[in-house]
Amino acid sequence: MSDRLPGFSTLAVHAGAQPDPTTGARATPIYQTTSFVFNDADHAASLFGLQAFGNIYTRIGNPTNAVLEERVAALEGGTAALAVASGHAAQVVVLQQLLLPGDEFIAARKLYGGSINQFTHAFKSFGWNVVWADSDDIASFERAVTPRTKAIFIESIANPGGSITDIEAISTVARKAGVPLIVDNTLASPYLIRPIDHGADIVVHSLTKFLGGHGNSLGGIIVDAGTFDWSTGGKYPMLSEPRPEYHGIKLQETFGNFAFAIACRVLGLRDLGPALSPFNAFMILTGIETLPLRMQRHCDNAKAVAEFLAGHPAVASVSYAGLASDKYNQLARKYAPKGAGAVFTFSLKGGYDAGVSLVSKLQLFSHLANVGDTRSLVIHPASTTHSQLDDAAKIKSGAGPDVVRLSIGIEDKEDLIADLEQALGA
Amino acid sequence: MMNHDAYPDNYIRGILNGVKSIAMVGASPVNVRPSYFAFKYLAQRGYDMIPVNPGHVGKELLGKPFVASLSDIGRPVDMIDIFRNSSHIMPVVEEALALDPLPKVIWMQLGARDDVAAAKAESVGIKVVMNRCPKIEYGRLSSEISWMGVNSRTLSSKRAPAPTQGMRLSLNRMSVGGGDTAASDRAAKNKSEQS
Ligand SMILES: Cc1ncc(COP(=O)(O)O)c(C=O)c1O
Repeated sequence: MSDRLPGFSTLAVHAGAQPDPTTGARATPIYQTTSFVFNDADHAASLFGLQAFGNIYTRIGNPTNAVLEERVAALEGGTAALAVASGHAAQVVVLQQLLLPGDEFIAARKLYGGSINQFTHAFKSFGWNVVWADSDDIASFERAVTPRTKAIFIESIANPGGSITDIEAISTVARKAGVPLIVDNTLASPYLIRPIDHGADIVVHSLTKFLGGHGNSLGGIIVDAGTFDWSTGGKYPMLSEPRPEYHGIKLQETFGNFAFAIACRVLGLRDLGPALSPFNAFMILTGIETLPLRMQRHCDNAKAVAEFLAGHPAVASVSYAGLASDKYNQLARKYAPKGAGAVFTFSLKGGYDAGVSLVSKLQLFSHLANVGDTRSLVIHPASTTHSQLDDAAKIKSGAGPDVVRLSIGIEDKEDLIADLEQALGA
Repeated sequence: MMNHDAYPDNYIRGILNGVKSIAMVGASPVNVRPSYFAFKYLAQRGYDMIPVNPGHVGKELLGKPFVASLSDIGRPVDMIDIFRNSSHIMPVVEEALALDPLPKVIWMQLGARDDVAAAKAESVGIKVVMNRCPKIEYGRLSSEISWMGVNSRTLSSKRAPAPTQGMRLSLNRMSVGGGDTAASDRAAKNKSEQS
């Protein structure tokens, strides 16, 4: 046995999956079952007490989901992972392990709109208070730290604008504050950026996007980097203190560098309940096998489309970090040298009406509220996702009336460019 | 001298494949303590387990009688697994070094690290592992721990039998990395430097 490091594409196909022990099935079976029999009373007690490895009930764990979890943990370079029903569920479960009512977390202002809603409204009702900071001004994170701060949350590539976040600089702030850095890596996927290599302590994903990749299944995942020491100062009692839910087990003491993933499973998923269907896990796993091929194609196509748009007379500006002229190009070269992702925005000289007209004329691009599909997608945020905001607020969140967001698929780039050309020109 | 910041999987694999008897110092009969978890699991995977804890002499742990100290075991043991804080490691290692024959391996539990004690044991040819759990490492190298979404850092295209009670599992899967768990190591090292 030699200790050799397999490459990313090998892990994307193999990590976590081996032939089924009972049947020899080589593809990962869909264990579509709610529950698993115990060998005897002692085995049952060992499983419920977390003393043995094994399956109890699909809300707590499932063999198909476990393959997905190990696969993503391996691709991200983490110690363990927990799959859940959606990206939003991943965010709730993570923060439930870290915050008590009255606590705070710092989040980058440039985030997926749904996350802004979740943090501002839903989490407020739990007593978890979000404090906003600006990724373009690292000092704004430092200024936001208080004794109640329990975590910092950022996106590696931010939705919708496609800007690249300086993960290392923000991880330095988190380290100094003694709190974990959570990175939503949905738009980059581990093929483009591995946040743990840059100082992230926890990575979350909406598997719904590029990891699943085919626009057919919702899912979310939490990856534990194994880098954070939860025992200092009693700041994280879910991990460091005896848990009454488990007769006094201390999770960090028992599970070491994957204790956070275990906490998310046995204190978060078990009690909050957003379990991922094994069928969705199977669909997402199948998608991940081709992640490296798809993601490169997504990025190559996105760059070609962004270059085309930048040269088009009807276009006022293109915001894509892969363009040499872009504000975030330096950060893109550092963090995502293989490509700057496939989600970006551009603005039209003709304003709101031109945006509405473009969307209605496109033939290949689908007008819908998702990103990270094999198909190319388009949305005009001002008339849809951000329509409830006033004009000033729209502009601040990168969704001004003239802005259009694209998620570039893996079709032939010539066809995508031709579609945009006819819709812009006519 | 071993680099105790990152063990190659082959080092751990060789130890877990090689030892048969394990004396666990600090074994607890309380079923939420990590030592109880590890003792029970290793016994189920076929190791000859000996609980060592002077506070429980006269009692049994899963059918095995407690002994007060290593010298009371009265037969050779392959490995000493120490479930004590870093500050209590040295006396146990000194006790182990007085055994005849010497143990082949001294293993210090997750969170425990004493580099001076380790060097002492290594100077007489004993293999040392620090800040690891043998249950976790066995579960990882066999991939049994994958049931909990843990990254085993191993791959295999071979069909393995479903684990049952008392079964030894193959640990000879292909390793994905060098077994680097640097983060928890750093945390333990910082603590032992502070104390
Ligand atoms: C960056 C990002 N994070 C999180 C989410 C939420 O994921 P889900 O829809 O799977 O709950 C999305 C969805 O659009 C997203 O784009």
